[in-house]
Amino acid sequence: MAPTTIHKVLVANRGEIARRVFHSCRERGIDTVAVYSTPDAGAPFVAEADTAVHLPGSSAAQTYLRGDLIIAAALRAGADAIHPGYGFLSENGGFARAVEEAGLLWIGPSPEAMDAMGSKIESKSLVAAGGVPVLTKLDPATVREAQLPVLIKASAGGGGRGMRIVRAVADLPAELATARAEAASAFGDDTVFCEPYLEAGHHVEVQLMADTYGTVWAVGERECSIQRRHQKVVEEAPSPLVERTPGMREKLFAAAVAAAKAVNYVGAGTVEFLADESGRFYFLEMNTRLQVEHPVTECTTGLDLVALQLDVAAGAALADCVPGGAERDGLAPAPHGAAIEVRLYAEDPAAEWAPQTGMVRAFDFDGLAAAFALPVRERGLRLDSAVEAGSAVSIHYDPMLAKVIAWAPTRTEAARLLSRALVRARIHGVRSNRDLLVNILRHSAFLAGETDTSFLATHGLDTLAAPVAGPQEERLAALAAALAGAALRRQQAAVLGGLPGGWRNLRSLPQRATLAGPAGDHEISYALTRAGLQAEGFAGVVVVHLDPAVVSLDVDGLVRTWTVAHHDTATGTVLEVDSDGGAVTFAEVVRFPDPSLAVPDGSLTAPMPGAVVVVHVAAGDLVTAGQPLLVLEAMKMLHTISASADGTVVELLVAVGATVNVGTVLAVVEDTNE
Amino acid sequence: MSVLHSMIDPLSPEFTSNAVAMAQKLAGLDGDYAKVLESGGEKAVARHRKRGKMLARERVEMLLDRDAPFLELSPLAAWGTAFHVGASVVTGIGVVEGVECMIVAHEPTVKGGTSNPYTTKKIFRALDIARENRLPVISLVESGGADLPTQSEIFIPGGKLFRDLTRLSAAGIPTIALVFGNSTAGRAYVPGMSDHVVMIKERSKVFLAGPPLVKMATGEISDDESLGGADMHARISGLAGYYAVDEMDALRIGRRIVARLNWVKTGAAPAPAQEPLLAEEDLMGVVPGDLKVPFDPREVIARVVDGSDFDEFKALYGTSLVTGWARIHGYPVGILANARGVLFSAESQKAAQFIQLANSANTPLLFLHNTTGYMVGKEYEQAGIIKHGSMMINAVSNSTVPHLSVLMGASFGASHYGMCGRAFDPRFLFAWPSARSSVMGAAQLAGVMSIVGRAAAAAAGREFDEAADATMRAAIEGQIEAESLPTFLSGKLYDDGIIDPRDTRTVLGLALSAIATTPIKGAEGFGVFRM
Repeated sequence: MAPTTIHKVLVANRGEIARRVFHSCRERGIDTVAVYSTPDAGAPFVAEADTAVHLPGSSAAQTYLRGDLIIAAALRAGADAIHPGYGFLSENGGFARAVEEAGLLWIGPSPEAMDAMGSKIESKSLVAAGGVPVLTKLDPATVREAQLPVLIKASAGGGGRGMRIVRAVADLPAELATARAEAASAFGDDTVFCEPYLEAGHHVEVQLMADTYGTVWAVGERECSIQRRHQKVVEEAPSPLVERTPGMREKLFAAAVAAAKAVNYVGAGTVEFLADESGRFYFLEMNTRLQVEHPVTECTTGLDLVALQLDVAAGAALADCVPGGAERDGLAPAPHGAAIEVRLYAEDPAAEWAPQTGMVRAFDFDGLAAAFALPVRERGLRLDSAVEAGSAVSIHYDPMLAKVIAWAPTRTEAARLLSRALVRARIHGVRSNRDLLVNILRHSAFLAGETDTSFLATHGLDTLAAPVAGPQEERLAALAAALAGAALRRQQAAVLGGLPGGWRNLRSLPQRATLAGPAGDHEISYALTRAGLQAEGFAGVVVVHLDPAVVSLDVDGLVRTWTVAHHDTATGTVLEVDSDGGAVTFAEVVRFPDPSLAVPDGSLTAPMPGAVVVVHVAAGDLVTAGQPLLVLEAMKMLHTISASADGTVVELLVAVGATVNVGTVLAVVEDTNE
Repeated sequence: MSVLHSMIDPLSPEFTSNAVAMAQKLAGLDGDYAKVLESGGEKAVARHRKRGKMLARERVEMLLDRDAPFLELSPLAAWGTAFHVGASVVTGIGVVEGVECMIVAHEPTVKGGTSNPYTTKKIFRALDIARENRLPVISLVESGGADLPTQSEIFIPGGKLFRDLTRLSAAGIPTIALVFGNSTAGRAYVPGMSDHVVMIKERSKVFLAGPPLVKMATGEISDDESLGGADMHARISGLAGYYAVDEMDALRIGRRIVARLNWVKTGAAPAPAQEPLLAEEDLMGVVPGDLKVPFDPREVIARVVDGSDFDEFKALYGTSLVTGWARIHGYPVGILANARGVLFSAESQKAAQFIQLANSANTPLLFLHNTTGYMVGKEYEQAGIIKHGSMMINAVSNSTVPHLSVLMGASFGASHYGMCGRAFDPRFLFAWPSARSSVMGAAQLAGVMSIVGRAAAAAAGREFDEAADATMRAAIEGQIEAESLPTFLSGKLYDDGIIDPRDTRTVLGLALSAIATTPIKGAEGFGVFRM
């Protein structure tokens, strides 16, 4: 391919990956174009682009999946190349072809290679022919008891959709039907297949980089075994399994390079393998794009994979892209140290991973060494974030807030750096899986490198999804929040602000704050007297420093500090308390609720914003406890609202199609037992 | 900056023994305060709570802005009398929705919240403060009316309550009544005379006569709700402006009413305040246990005023009285403080001139009392001590800037007047536990009585009974001493409360802020007194 020059790149994506690509473009002096949906209008990636083009609509189907609109946007904006990021159209050979047909440069492999690897069934036969080990494909119709468990997979897609584990032959037909339906709705193709399922496997993948001159670098491997709902949560390089298995890396790299060569692969790609504890591995699939978890490889190799994609797409030889590349004899620079990435999602792991929405009010990590960029120090933290303070997390897209990456000379140190940064990060406004990530990073099994795909199931969400701040810590955080609230009220006082807070010449009652936290309501009674803090249940706690944002307390001789942010929301004041003991979010219980806003007893309210899709009952119906009354669709999931007691539906306030907010009263059931 | 320096050694034996004595006096008040807080006692409180009702102080605490200070007034009213100490009502200055208000809350667990002579006196005092300082008044009403056996002392003067409420309204000072329970007979005029009235569903009861009296008067059979329930007053009579569903709702509505007053303080805003450079804690050890030992009031000033910064006026003249300028919580004040008890002619003239200067500067005055009187004796009488004392009393009487008095130690004789005693209408008057106030010291008074008795015996040619005289002297001294104590004076509403010396700056800051609700205008026409 003749070398060409790229001046302006359109990124057909959103969020942190758009920002990541923009970063490397800027570094290379390349102008950037964003496309954005209506809900993303205020997102950081839009502001960062030199030019932004609006794709009207909210859903992905209306916007980021509209290849025609994206190509038109690129032409209008004067872009000469399109980078697809990952997800959306990144593995769509048709789109790649259309891009090229429009006279634009496609930053990625050839459409033919994409097509070959796009089908899981075809790709397996292809690489198996090249000697790469694969899991025997099973015909769903012939699966026998001895072959269980099996995994049903959609041929056309990933991301866990269309994937089912079957442990009993009897379940197979129903699971197949569900998987086909999911695959059809997610990828427009209901082809599924079965393969043997490794209960406790390791997900190991190899990052490849290939140029148009036949050079294929196996840049390094990653292990991404810790997954929820078949989506990766923690990713790292190098793989602990590969590290402890002699000779595995060489075999793995050889297999990955062979797979790439089988399709004349060009650009960045990843070959995914499933490995057992002994180090035997099987080809799963090849992703013909950059991966979400590419930063761990960047942090251990020092290579800018996005920049390499740009260079290779422009016709450069890999050996010319890195200093001293020519002397490497076709090998990638050797990795060093360890890097771990966690995916910070707006979701509640303890509530079946329910995605969370809201306004991000603070998103701060201390001591960042890089954002979207490569390490320049021996150890540090990198943040690739989709959001910043002020960003809205909507129901429309993947709820990933950011990727946080730590690298260090050793894996232990990287884990320590990362967990400390996560614990102390100020993430306000939306609930996240932060505590789960911290619990994983601190878990002795994780630190020992025992990270198979059943990690979450083995160690249990009861432990792993538990708040980092236990009940005692939460209570201290509540005290800190109450005191900071008092200090804020003093600071904002219209009169007498300079006088001691809550001063009384004859004290009859303490000041009170009621804070609703994860463990329940905390009634904090306190008085700041001449003799110091007097707080019920906190004997011996001494205030060392107090202002609205920072509270230092001496608790049994240990002086600790909490930072407190006060946010006024539509439903009242929210206090976000951060400390080394874990973050806690409190809602201040309103002292004077307006009686006109009180919901009647027996009210059933919407647990999250969404739309009413089914109504099973009518006003006047007699219902029994647990009986489904209506169904709400929220965040692409269906939530059934059931009667909490036997009774009569006295009011039905919504109809099918109604859009509701959190707390909207849907129906009122009068308890007949009362 | 004229920063005061301290001569006090907090490690000295004098300081320590002073501090111990002050701590004992403070501790001596604990029992009285405990009685105040007991309300009507365990049984009455339990009964009240069982009805789902809050105590007076709980209502006040919920009404107030969170974490704002509250200055309770006259907490020891009715001390030493047959009535419950505290006089079955809570009064004080508190902040509601950022507005300093006068709160008057009946204590329903004490004899049904009925008013005795001390209750009315305490409420009158609160309304006086509200009028002088233009503080909106919030009454938390639950009172069975007059304590009938004491009606002779309250029926006739008691009408002042309604007169004052409506005059406050006429003067543009908002009055708000939250009716938590009974507000019947005479009390019915409290909502009647208030600008804003909140009644509570099934709780408020406001009528001139209840069912038994109506039956007696007209034979009509009726019930509480139809005669004076919240529903009736909100829907039919129109007496209630707001209908609350419960006590918390009434407090919520009360706060909303204040928020909608659009209240603006028209006095000068305070300058940025600076804490004193010296510790408030030391105020415990400044006043000697024995009031005969004088102390330097600059030690007090240095621990009360902003930055311990005090510009003294005529420091070298009339040195038994310290005068000068300072700020407290950002508010400017002129301070007069007794340094060696006695006031001579020079001190009296210096005081008169200082008061005139404060009036021309529209600056409030703070009187720190430790005075045993104007000097007596031939030399002083002949030098015109009466003229000069009168000059000072005249100046203080006709001064129109706000006055604050704090009795730190002695406040005896006519110099109690000259230093703006209660009869001279200071906006606020507080006493330290170490204070004493009477016409003269107890020992002196007993001695005078003895000398007079001895002279009478001599004139009559009777033999003087030394033993009887000693007994009489001891008895009188004991009585006068007891009646000069701050608890006694507080019980009689002669002060606005006893304060911990360490709270002096806070209390004065609160008082000055209340005063700053209106502009300060000094008396005109004093002209310069060069004395």
